[in-house]
Amino acid sequence: MDKPKIIKLVHGQKGNIIKITSLNLDGVMRRRLLDLGFVSGAMVEVVRKSPLGDPIAFRVSQTTIALRKEESSRIEGELVSNEE
Amino acid sequence: MRNEYRIALAGNPNTGKSTLFNALTGLRQHTGNWAGKTVSLAQGSVSFKDKTFQLIDLPGTYSLFSNSTDEEVARNYIVFEKPDVTVVVLDATSLERNLNLALQVLEMTTNVLICINLIDVAEQQGIAINERLLTNRLGVPVIKISARNKKGFPMLLDTIDRIVSGAIECHPAQMTYPDEIEAQLKKIEPKVSEFVGNHLSSRWVALRLLDGDEALLNEINKRLVPEGG
Repeated sequence: MDKPKIIKLVHGQKGNIIKITSLNLDGVMRRRLLDLGFVSGAMVEVVRKSPLGDPIAFRVSQTTIALRKEESSRIEGELVSNEE
Repeated sequence: MRNEYRIALAGNPNTGKSTLFNALTGLRQHTGNWAGKTVSLAQGSVSFKDKTFQLIDLPGTYSLFSNSTDEEVARNYIVFEKPDVTVVVLDATSLERNLNLALQVLEMTTNVLICINLIDVAEQQGIAINERLLTNRLGVPVIKISARNKKGFPMLLDTIDRIVSGAIECHPAQMTYPDEIEAQLKKIEPKVSEFVGNHLSSRWVALRLLDGDEALLNEINKRLVPEGG
């Protein structure tokens, strides 16, 4: 079996499902993202990317949330599925 | 005999808190769904049996860690104004997200009622919710309602009544943290307890101190330390 592929959320492609493994943020922004459902183990789907790639909309616990690359580049996860 | 009680409504944005508030109080409070809509605290009353419940509609928030003014207003009301019961309104269709706030409230105060709203929508989506199991796990009453269709109100009001009269005792489930944090809590909680007495949950204050919550410290200074003391 392949080793799990770890990517940053910012590099996710539309339709990717990513299982979050780490949040490299501190303070209020970390707290905020945790409250919104970006917790370790959560499944996040890349819903759509803006024309210039920023921000990106993610589906996390039944809600769509857009993140700027400042945040999405600091969240890492395991690429679970790659359906186009 | 006292027959007026304050009941605070807390919950995530768009869970139908204001709909519930309006349906119960008959007050035409404006409802909409943009951020920070419920800015000031709307109040209204509802009579049940021989009692009057003063309902307070807190701002809708995802969390109560005072990341924003809304969260601070809601948090301060629950911990410092001490309503007789805090009703946490949850969206039945996204319980996972909504329970985050519920767990935070359970850590802050004792008399909590979990009110699962939009149960009709959830059932249409094939979501079944076992409220008995939730009641057992959370240690506080869990009631399912549909505020829009005014379903479940008698049960909700009766349960609030039984909490304020002492017929139901709430034992909110407490989160257990990693050993390192629990060890620190053991050290500082007795000292916090000496200071805050029965005013606040000493475990909760100790947790906030470990998190470096200065806004809370300032609030405690303002409210609990006597003038010139």
